[in-house]
Amino acid sequence: MAEQVIPTKKMPPGLQVENVDDRIMTLNVGPQHPGSGHMRIIVKIDGDYIVDADPDPGYVHRGEEKMAESRNYITNIPHLERPVIHDSCNILYPYVLGVEDLVGIEVPERAKYVRVIAAELNRCIYIQYWLAIYGIFLGHSTMFMWPAGDRELLIDLMEKITGARVTHAYFIPGGVRNDVPANFEDVCLRQVNYFEKRIKEYADIFYDNPILKARTEDTGVLSREDAIRLGTTGSVLRASGVDYDLRIKEPYDVYDELDVHTNVLKSGDSYARSKIPWLDMLESCNIIRQALEKMPKSGSIRTKLKPNPKGREDEVYRRVESGRGSAGCHIISRGKPEPYRLKLSVSSFRNLIALPYLLKGEKLGNMPAVYWSLNYWPVEADR
Amino acid sequence: MSVIAPKFRLGYFLKGIFDNAFWILTIVTLAGIPAIQIVLFYLELPVIDGELLTAFLAFTWLFNPTMQIPLIKALIYSDLFRIVAFPGFGFAALIAAGTIFVERKMLAKLQLRVGPFYCGKVEGILQLAGDGLKLISKEIIIPAKADKPLFWAAPVLFVGTAAAFVALIPVAPGGWVVADLDVGLLAVFAVIGFFPIITILSAWSANSKFPFIGGIRALHQMVSFEIPLILSLLGVVILTGTLNLSEIVESQSSFPWIIFMPIGAIVFFTTMLAELERIPFDLPEAESEIVAGWLTEFSGMMYGLVQLGSYLKLYAFAALFVIIFLGGWTGPVFWPPLETELITEGIPIPNYAGDPILTVNTPGLPLLDKDPNEWVLQEQGELVYTSGQLLVSGVIWFVLKTVGVIFFILLPRGVFPRIRLDMLLHIGWYKLIGLSFVNIFIALGLVYAGVIGPGGIL
Repeated sequence: MAEQVIPTKKMPPGLQVENVDDRIMTLNVGPQHPGSGHMRIIVKIDGDYIVDADPDPGYVHRGEEKMAESRNYITNIPHLERPVIHDSCNILYPYVLGVEDLVGIEVPERAKYVRVIAAELNRCIYIQYWLAIYGIFLGHSTMFMWPAGDRELLIDLMEKITGARVTHAYFIPGGVRNDVPANFEDVCLRQVNYFEKRIKEYADIFYDNPILKARTEDTGVLSREDAIRLGTTGSVLRASGVDYDLRIKEPYDVYDELDVHTNVLKSGDSYARSKIPWLDMLESCNIIRQALEKMPKSGSIRTKLKPNPKGREDEVYRRVESGRGSAGCHIISRGKPEPYRLKLSVSSFRNLIALPYLLKGEKLGNMPAVYWSLNYWPVEADR
Repeated sequence: MSVIAPKFRLGYFLKGIFDNAFWILTIVTLAGIPAIQIVLFYLELPVIDGELLTAFLAFTWLFNPTMQIPLIKALIYSDLFRIVAFPGFGFAALIAAGTIFVERKMLAKLQLRVGPFYCGKVEGILQLAGDGLKLISKEIIIPAKADKPLFWAAPVLFVGTAAAFVALIPVAPGGWVVADLDVGLLAVFAVIGFFPIITILSAWSANSKFPFIGGIRALHQMVSFEIPLILSLLGVVILTGTLNLSEIVESQSSFPWIIFMPIGAIVFFTTMLAELERIPFDLPEAESEIVAGWLTEFSGMMYGLVQLGSYLKLYAFAALFVIIFLGGWTGPVFWPPLETELITEGIPIPNYAGDPILTVNTPGLPLLDKDPNEWVLQEQGELVYTSGQLLVSGVIWFVLKTVGVIFFILLPRGVFPRIRLDMLLHIGWYKLIGLSFVNIFIALGLVYAGVIGPGGIL
């Protein structure tokens, strides 16, 4: 044991003196580490066991909220989807719903269905990307390549709808930006059916793999009470046995007209947390098929807005179920074309709060499995 | 401290080429040629056809048709050729290069992608050469606080140890092995024991955290899997009663040992994966946990050397599996006895037996025979196969089996995720050691029951 360091003068605020233990090694996992993403986890290990983990996000902070205050409601759209470009429809969804409340416009029925289809497709695109990284974090290179390849199917589909591969900027207050192409229903149904067939094969190579099960089961267990107490959302919450899905609890647009099932697993370990998004993808395929059936075949897809719409003097908070969990948007309007204050409440940051609790006492080898199973996107947490 | 790349000037470019040519020619003339002459002066050269070969004679005989074949044969049967080319480093490096190519393409097919495609026009066969050139041209960076001599030595030691392992592998009948030891298997165990030491020394000398953790992991893994590795091979040693690898191969002329020792083969294969640090046992290089493990601080050709060493090691382990469990080079002789005819015209081949000037209608083959008279003996019916035929057939069988084993070593990379350290140690210390003891008891049972061994049924 090293001698205890006693500060001779008063420390400046924010700094603290740390006693150095010879047994403890401090590892900076990130931001330039293949297993960290755009953030840092300061991990203290004693042998192979993690005694302390301190997530340190903030490397990709872009000031989206401040930027939103100087742009009007329409020009805010392209930059607000930047935090999660892989899930760009879902991160934009609460903002668009909130602006519609403030401006006071109705959305045509067909646009609502198109929005649901686009949002569910985008959820699959995001989860595929997340799953690919989860695979390579566990050293499973085939699970890196397969989702990344199958994701292209849906990206092509989204490109047909919106004209952009990843950053769509498709949802706008009052509907969607443009109509779907002419033969969209057939193409979409075919692609989604094939996609569903493909992702069912992941069970053979990944989810039923005995080594994967032995590695991830009973690691990083988050109990039901802790999951609620720490404020986790989305797949993390549902993996711990809490039946909470905003598509069912607070249905927006036309989710109440569709038969949406939610997936809940009880165990709360890394395996359950990694399996819930995959089950969500299968559920998304069901929802897309239902929406394609019920969608009005013709009609308007957008209510015309005034060129520079002004919101009424009020504040709204809307939230949706994104690929990671609940994504909320709080807008305060002072009757001007720009929002007075815009706050994005994202699930990545909420899920990250659970990380230090889960990593404490785990082995170092479990770190990537636990960390990425939290369905966390570093850029979204920094906003 | 930034370095701005100078603009391209044709004059500078040409000047660079001329400078390089000038210095290369100068160095070759002043140092290279004298060095070759000094080496040739001290080198003990063979006696060919009753005449001592000298450097001068070698150049003369190269253009003399009657002396070309003896000259080349003397080269093939020299020790230098064995070490550098055929059963030694060159052969192993060739198979290692093929392994890398097959690994990339096979993994790509498994993962529904294309793999290397453009380099070399045909399916990216020159990708490896491109990668090698890149590694050579990169700067070698050494951490400021590293223990420099050890850090420099580690990659060289790694390749050297892997090459020593390769040197113990017999490839074909008739003593085609660099070091034919009576305690060959014991020497293999000794060489394998060096790898964890090199790994931990290189990891420690880098003086960095992630390599250190990787080195400790490698030490854990290799030490705990070395014991089942040695135990799993003891069954075959009990059955054959020899440690000489060539004799172990010859004992399998009628059936391979994997028929009686399937448990030992499975244990050895698993330990082999762990010793090679391949998925699912690639913990020392676990990317998402500890960057690149004990290889983190290596850059440029130092990294390339470690990779070369690990692929040489892969070949050597696969070959060891083939030698001990799959019968090495044994198998039906590929080369049927040819209908040879004695003809009187053509290039005469010198013959120790005496007068007949012999040419055979299979060009090149007499080169591989140890003794040119073997063709005559085969013609007279005294010899079934000449040593050249046995060599060709043995090498083909050996390579086929080795490539098959290598394929199964590569396959788990596309199928399994990485396992954890505690699971790895549990597998090593509980399951594999127990299984290898079962294997030894099976071997003892076979010997005492009188099935195999002196006076046995088989």
